Amino acid sequence: MKWRFLEEKIFQALMIGATGLTALILLLILGTIVVKGIGALNLEMIFRLPRGGYYLGQEGGILNAIVGSLQLAGGATILAFFLSLPVVFYINYFARRKSFGPTLIRFSLDVLWGVPSIVYGAFGFLLMTWFGWQASLLLGIITLALLELPIMSRAMDEVLRPVPAELLEASFSLGATRLETAWKVVLRQAMPGIITAILIAFGRAIGDAASVLLTAGYTDNLTTSLFQPVASLPLAIFFQLATPYPEVQKRAYAAAIILTLIILLISFISRRISRHYARHLVF
Amino acid sequence: MSSTILRPHISLRNLNVYYGHLQVLKNITLDIPDRQITVIIGPSGCGKTTLLKSLNRLLDSVEGVRIEGKVLVDGEDIYSPGIEVTRIRKKMGLLSQRPQVLPMSIYDNVAYGPRIHGLKNKKELDRLVERYLRIAGLWDEVKDRLFEPASRLSLGQQQRLCLARGLAVEPEIILGDEPTSALDPQSSQNVEKCLLSLKSQYTVLLVTHILRQARRIADYIVFLYLGEIVEHGPAEEVLNYPRDPRTRAYLSGEIS
Repeated sequence: MKWRFLEEKIFQALMIGATGLTALILLLILGTIVVKGIGALNLEMIFRLPRGGYYLGQEGGILNAIVGSLQLAGGATILAFFLSLPVVFYINYFARRKSFGPTLIRFSLDVLWGVPSIVYGAFGFLLMTWFGWQASLLLGIITLALLELPIMSRAMDEVLRPVPAELLEASFSLGATRLETAWKVVLRQAMPGIITAILIAFGRAIGDAASVLLTAGYTDNLTTSLFQPVASLPLAIFFQLATPYPEVQKRAYAAAIILTLIILLISFISRRISRHYARHLVF
Repeated sequence: MSSTILRPHISLRNLNVYYGHLQVLKNITLDIPDRQITVIIGPSGCGKTTLLKSLNRLLDSVEGVRIEGKVLVDGEDIYSPGIEVTRIRKKMGLLSQRPQVLPMSIYDNVAYGPRIHGLKNKKELDRLVERYLRIAGLWDEVKDRLFEPASRLSLGQQQRLCLARGLAVEPEIILGDEPTSALDPQSSQNVEKCLLSLKSQYTVLLVTHILRQARRIADYIVFLYLGEIVEHGPAEEVLNYPRDPRTRAYLSGEIS
């Protein structure tokens, strides 16, 4: 009899321990970045481009990487969204539920999810050499969109599945087609989850270094065309950390703070949007 | 009184429905009269809902379902190939067991149908929304909060909103699948009152397992038992002078 209570206590301790550890690790990571980088963080860094000697410790900023990362991740997220939406609509509302198609698609997406991002980078690089392209914003966007696709579509899939059949029937019975129902009813009902899916995918893309390393290149200038190379924050961090100068390494941590702040900001905005939609949820 | 119907609105001819190997509806042949309330009664699991759903073709989207026979609406076989399913469904408003409001505002719920069928004019939509909310007896309760989420209404109000939403696509037929089963007595009465007021313009087909409800509103009764039609005819005939022993047993509460 007593064992049951002991069991309960042990498990409780485990839960609290694991939760605490998770929080602690997060704090440690954030703490390291802030402690090491806060000294180097200033407005010049955010609003200026790196001039010639930036990587040697002279003046300048990483505006190129901030803007570049937003271009890359933003473009990739938009592209991945318009690829994911048809996929999840198909496997949830158009394909027969227990048929082979949806199972195969879900399995493929799960496998793709597990592929390391350097492989996506290598794939992008192969495309580049085959077609004789050069590293560019467009190629970076395509590669990141491929990286985002399984994450976004599986996350969307999980939020579409619990939408009840009765809700679909209510729409069908008014003479709506499957597309109208999916677009106007299901999407609204699932909107908070879909926004989260987009956010997770965006976060993954903006923080990924390996897939843009080979495909997007790097530049000290702002990128104004899809066919030019583009800078990105993860690579800016990588390059700065790789220099032998401590003051430049500090800037790497400051860049990491900026990257973290961008993700925080995006997550804050998307929470506001999803709260707006949550008002209308029907159960 | 005769049990032949002069102007059937919906005619079922030898309708058989199978779920996999299980036959749920057996050789249903039935005429449903125009502009009357037809009530399908029968114990649960006898195929009432299946029969209802076969009429607006919600049934054939269910996997593993096989349908044989004919369903004629205004003389047109709705299962013949090449028929536009959305056009058939637009002819019929559906009230389900639990009201299913759409995840949008009260106004948008009613405007949803007209909008997908191409109505864009704001004034016209406003007029339609008010008109059908009034018919459903909901207007006075919601006119000041049309743009609030429909999910904030009470269940009884939600069911009347579903009715308004169904009527807004201007159907000819109203299908009700035990539409009051989730509602409190007062709300049920409101919904029944609505249905009674609608029968002058619409063909109403209702599934219920509440005999008292059938007595209150039915003009025509269909008794379904184990997937077969046992008896059908004008309400007072079937309810007061049932011919089949199974109908008598059901009406007296021996089978339920």
